[in-house]
Amino acid sequence: MAKVRPRVRVPKKASAGDVITIKTLISHPMESGQRKDRKTGELIPRKIINHFTASFNGEVVFDAAIEPAVSANPYFSFAMVVPESGTVAFKWVDDDGSIYTEEKSITVE
Amino acid sequence: MHFTRRDIGRLGIGAAAMAALGATPAAAMTDETRAAIMDFTGGVEPGAGDIMLNTPEIAENGSTVPVDVTCDGARRIMLVADGNPNPGVATFEFGRLCPSRSAATRIRLAATQDVIAVAEMEDGRFIMVANTVKVTIGGCGG
Repeated sequence: MAKVRPRVRVPKKASAGDVITIKTLISHPMESGQRKDRKTGELIPRKIINHFTASFNGEVVFDAAIEPAVSANPYFSFAMVVPESGTVAFKWVDDDGSIYTEEKSITVE
Repeated sequence: MHFTRRDIGRLGIGAAAMAALGATPAAAMTDETRAAIMDFTGGVEPGAGDIMLNTPEIAENGSTVPVDVTCDGARRIMLVADGNPNPGVATFEFGRLCPSRSAATRIRLAATQDVIAVAEMEDGRFIMVANTVKVTIGGCGG
């Protein structure tokens, strides 16, 4: 099984009130539950990232409920306004209950 | 009553025409799609409005189709793919720190179909937009 690895791009520095674009990607096969195993003909069970949340200093900025129709290695980008220095926390929830997280800090100068 | 093969063909066309007439003016969509949208809106018929959905006109590979949606004043936006085995794609919810209510992602499309975005506005209204995306799997032209 390929290793699940989150990658996010957040600017390190910003001015207060700046609008930044955050890009996130997590390597994950997003097995849809529709595919069949070529050898056995059996359905490969669904295993996807079903939820993604980004929050800044504990406040939710962007939240996505995800269905199997989102591509493998799910990518999301969205905008955020930076009110102060702080940390953006990202959280991905897997069907199997695993939670993958990543954090990036932004310094307001 | 006796049906020839041609009669049956005509009946089929008539039934298809009836089905088309019965559809909503917004877009012809499958029952599953309609149910997904109604589930999201709580039974409210979404109207037209200021919502922008960017999709490629032709997607060469249906397994990663880039889409982005923008709708100022939206609280939540749902993406639906009308021709997929399950219509739901993703639902985005925006917080206070999201200035422009927009998001971009990549989605799977099983075949040429309509991609629909439905937005719930801050004032409780629902608006929607639909784009057709042509999917050419395996690059067979189209």
